[in-house]
Amino acid sequence: MLRLDQVSKTFRLGAFGSRELTAVKDVSLTVEPGEVVSLIGESGSGKTTIGRMVLGLASPNKGRVTFDGVQVSGLRGRALHGYHRQVQGVFQDPFSTFNPVFKADRVFALVRDGFFRSVPAAQWRQRVETALHGVRLEPADVLDKYPHQLSGGQLQRMLIARALLLDIRLLVADEIISMLDASTRIDVLNLLGELKSSGLGVLFVTHDLALGTYISDRTVILRAGEVVEAGPTETVFTNPSHEYTRNLLAAVPHLHRRWDEPVK
Amino acid sequence: MTDTDHLAAPGVPVLAEPVVPPAGRSRETLHFALRNKKVVGAVVVILGFLVLGLVAPLFTNHGPNEYVGPPAAPPSTEYWFGTTTFGQDVFLQFANGIRSTFVVGLLGGGLAALIGMTVGFVAGYRGGLVDELLNMLTNIVLVLPALAVLIILHAYVGVTSVPMQALFIGLFSWPWVARAVRAQTFSLRSREFVDLARLSGMRPLAVIRREIAPNMSSYLFMTFILLFGGSVLMAATLDFIGLGPTDAISLGLMMNSAVHWSALHLGLWWWFVPPGAAITAIVGALYVMNVGLDEVFNPKLREM
Repeated sequence: MLRLDQVSKTFRLGAFGSRELTAVKDVSLTVEPGEVVSLIGESGSGKTTIGRMVLGLASPNKGRVTFDGVQVSGLRGRALHGYHRQVQGVFQDPFSTFNPVFKADRVFALVRDGFFRSVPAAQWRQRVETALHGVRLEPADVLDKYPHQLSGGQLQRMLIARALLLDIRLLVADEIISMLDASTRIDVLNLLGELKSSGLGVLFVTHDLALGTYISDRTVILRAGEVVEAGPTETVFTNPSHEYTRNLLAAVPHLHRRWDEPVK
Repeated sequence: MTDTDHLAAPGVPVLAEPVVPPAGRSRETLHFALRNKKVVGAVVVILGFLVLGLVAPLFTNHGPNEYVGPPAAPPSTEYWFGTTTFGQDVFLQFANGIRSTFVVGLLGGGLAALIGMTVGFVAGYRGGLVDELLNMLTNIVLVLPALAVLIILHAYVGVTSVPMQALFIGLFSWPWVARAVRAQTFSLRSREFVDLARLSGMRPLAVIRREIAPNMSSYLFMTFILLFGGSVLMAATLDFIGLGPTDAISLGLMMNSAVHWSALHLGLWWWFVPPGAAITAIVGALYVMNVGLDEVFNPKLREM
């Protein structure tokens, strides 16, 4: 369904773009329907940039991002609109994803403006409430409020609910769990699990290895914009072939073990 | 909701907050604006002057520059603001001058704001080559000595009416607006709500208008105030050196002729105090309104 082929992205820096920063280098991966692919890497490893390219918000300098064989970066106007009906994202920082001057539930209104103009208001409200219940939110708690009156977790779940309003086939989830507290975290993960079994493909971007293992079928480990290891999650975690993956796994804190005890 | 609701006895269920009908954003802004003393006060002052300028000249059949009374008479019941050295009614000039001031401010400031914001938004949002070209244009107009260009234009083209003067002023006072708006747009466009709007199928122009511009609305208004004041001052300067519209009167022109005919030395304070006070009051009220509107537009500054 989604395919990245040798995708690279460089940014120009400094005066007159004299320096180049390679954010993503020759990354290839695929996401199939009903599959969760974890994209794991440290900060600055290019995870978010990959997500933005998949969503059509940035275009690669080299390589191709294709969805059902259609190149994403070439989409304009109506075609891009149709693409966003099927592919949506939830971003890392909920506080910057909501326009601070508007009420938070405006994100739902925007979806209606963009995609469902013909749906009557009452029916739309019903759909919004269903979507909110889906992410374990009480509509009365979050509707008609400004972003600064809501918590990060509530905002993040509203964004997930927003993505669910559209009948999407691929979700780019950029660190969607990191702002949630432990109990809602599992709720949201289980929700993703349900959606996955109904055929949704998820590109699960995270820096948290434990979350990656919990939900994903396949794992891609990124380092400095390059894929260091990719494969079925079990293989990657039980039998890591790359030095970096081994170090990454060793750095995960464990229960019942102090940080100063030697690893293994 | 009153405090008594919270003080209900334990065990008695507190009434749920009444369901507020979904009001439009503009209605909500108005709701908070009408409760903001700074906004209301400033609006009263500005509307007062505007009404004075619009209505007062209707009650007389004299033109503002006609010689109607005794020369250099102090304020009286007949001539509220006295008369000039030549027997012109200062109040009549004042009321007509306010008209011109509003016209120059609104048209000149409005035109400059329109050009500056369009250039700034497009350059900041598009970036790349478009930005380079628009920035080049902005810098060229920015380094032009506006006053010198206006003097040349006025001298060669000849300015007869106030709107024409406003047009010329507007055409040369937008560059700093473009630069400021461009910088702000640059920083706002990288915020994730812009991405989310794009994911919701919003077109670039709609993103600028509905997502980016509302975040800087008080800033844009402030810009307009400065342009308004700048246009008024620029018009006064041009009037002063004899390049203003010949068949009109403005507050700047009044002060100019007051200085020209030594009103200060002759003690004709009523000739130059009203126009000076009016300009100060109008620009000052606009500034206070801006501070108030900042509280209205920015929910974080509101007292909830």
